[in-house]
Amino acid sequence: MNMTEHDTLLDIKNLTLSFGARKVLDNISLSVPRGAIYSIIGPNGAGKTSLINCINMHYKPDSCDMMFDGIQLKGIYPHKVAALGIARTFQKVELFHGMTVLDNIKLGRHFLMKFSFLGSFFRLPNIVKDEMKHRQEIEEEILDFMGLSSFRYSPVGALPFGVRKRVDMARALAMKPKLLLLDEIMAGMAMEEKEDIASYIMDVQRDLGVTIIWIEHDLSAVMDLSDRVCVLNFGNKITEGLPEEVQKHPQVIEAYLGTQEVK
Amino acid sequence: MRTVSEWYNSTFSSTAVFNHREDERIFRTRFKRTWFYIFLAVNVLVFIASSLGFGANEYHYFILNLILVNLVAVIGLNLLVGFTGLLSLGHAAFMGVGAYTSALLITEAGFPLVISMIIAGLVAAMAGLIVGIPSLRIKGFYLMVATLAFQMVIDYGVIHWESLTRGVRGIELPTPDFFGLALKEQKSYFVFLFAVTIVMMWGAKNLTRSKIGRAFVAIRDNDISAEIIGIPIFPYKLLAFSVSAFYAGVAGALFASLMRTAIPEDYHMMNSIMLLAMVIIGGMGRLTGSIFGVIFMTMVPVLLDNFFSYLSIVYDPNITIMLGPAKEFVYGGLIVLFIIFEPEGMFAIWMRIRDYFRIWPLPYISE
Repeated sequence: MNMTEHDTLLDIKNLTLSFGARKVLDNISLSVPRGAIYSIIGPNGAGKTSLINCINMHYKPDSCDMMFDGIQLKGIYPHKVAALGIARTFQKVELFHGMTVLDNIKLGRHFLMKFSFLGSFFRLPNIVKDEMKHRQEIEEEILDFMGLSSFRYSPVGALPFGVRKRVDMARALAMKPKLLLLDEIMAGMAMEEKEDIASYIMDVQRDLGVTIIWIEHDLSAVMDLSDRVCVLNFGNKITEGLPEEVQKHPQVIEAYLGTQEVK
Repeated sequence: MRTVSEWYNSTFSSTAVFNHREDERIFRTRFKRTWFYIFLAVNVLVFIASSLGFGANEYHYFILNLILVNLVAVIGLNLLVGFTGLLSLGHAAFMGVGAYTSALLITEAGFPLVISMIIAGLVAAMAGLIVGIPSLRIKGFYLMVATLAFQMVIDYGVIHWESLTRGVRGIELPTPDFFGLALKEQKSYFVFLFAVTIVMMWGAKNLTRSKIGRAFVAIRDNDISAEIIGIPIFPYKLLAFSVSAFYAGVAGALFASLMRTAIPEDYHMMNSIMLLAMVIIGGMGRLTGSIFGVIFMTMVPVLLDNFFSYLSIVYDPNITIMLGPAKEFVYGGLIVLFIIFEPEGMFAIWMRIRDYFRIWPLPYISE
């Protein structure tokens, strides 16, 4: 992909997050180019998920300067961040287990739907029309795309893990995001399911034009698909660059394989 | 001319759905719709028979009215407890707020019942808004204790604020009216109640299949991810509280007019617990379940009463004195048994019966 320096979608400067005395993220700065697949890798406990939680504003960072598409994210409530166009999937699937797949995905559309209490109570025509318009889009663009049509009415609690991950991604896509945060979406999947997810990720980037921040432990998938890779270790950013540059970086090798002790 | 089998097929077996709007109807299949019309027709027939002096008498209609009033309150409580997952032990107090508001409006200002009922609902909804404020910080049992505090305040208030509520003597109400048309008999009040209940039930069902109801369930199932996908949690919790209180307020107004009096002990904490029990026994988060729960909890004491008075006539008049306490035991025992053996409520039983008959004559041919 051809990317220029000034076309950044998300620009984070000096992000610091601490839980009590423990610094989880220490002065992280990174910029995510528009339209890219930007991967974040690092050993367990490096602070990858915390970083995503900060972008969602689910965690309140101690200090930061986060510009998303020209808007300062600091101090915004999480539900407003969603409305700006930041969607995410969760490491442990956080779906609404009592509802059907269709209702879960419709919830992704929540803030795009018209609100009117009396309209909902008496099911007035304009509310029904709005709801049906969204249902139509979900059926045509998302259920088909993610291969979930046959699970439409299944309660999420009764579905296998791989399908739930897909529902999670479908719900995020229903939000019509500009930026999609994927938190270890391939974890615990078989090879075939991973390949499916990889093709979804590529389709989302190319066909829908969504920028993706992707946390993953499967390094071969990350190196194949990513446009840029960022490596975190113990809350510090080690390096950032093209996949092939990052692979050769000595500190990255050290973080993953440990140092060689010479006696 | 259509043959009988063609008629049967198009009425009872057709499950075809042609667009999304048809797919989201309340009675999705022709089969369900037909049964609903049969249910309405039976109601009309029973009413006509009763006016001619056969079948149901005033006492029967009084019991039905009791069921309908409780149903309105329980639907509201189910929206809060079953759908949004917020426990409330103050629902009888919301009913009380509605009952006293309506009673005062009717006796002091001469409002018609319909108007006073709606105002009663709105006043209760305002109270619900205030009681819901602690839900910003607390949930579960802690929130339940906060609602309990409201119940205590109302319990105390209606007895001691005598200038407004007339204390333990209560407020006497005139015959309920529908814009000047007096609903003197139980069965004419039943027609009014039936219409109100259908509207309230339909409204609740509409809410649950709109974005508002989905947001409620999202908050119940996973409030953190609900906020991250763009649902403002606290406003929706407050909305759940006030909608639920609105239902309770309307139910309170209807109850006061049914009893022709508003007295403190009808809205005591014990009644809050009974309402909660109706929701749980019917099935949390299931509006159909609430119907079963209300019928069960209202009918069992009535039937036990009738059974014991029958025994006293047949065997020994003293038997009522001996078996009086037994009634409470049987009632309590049935509730406990229900919760042990069917924690998901009567709705689960209903689903099993339905699934059995869906594949009924040929169970080995699965779908």
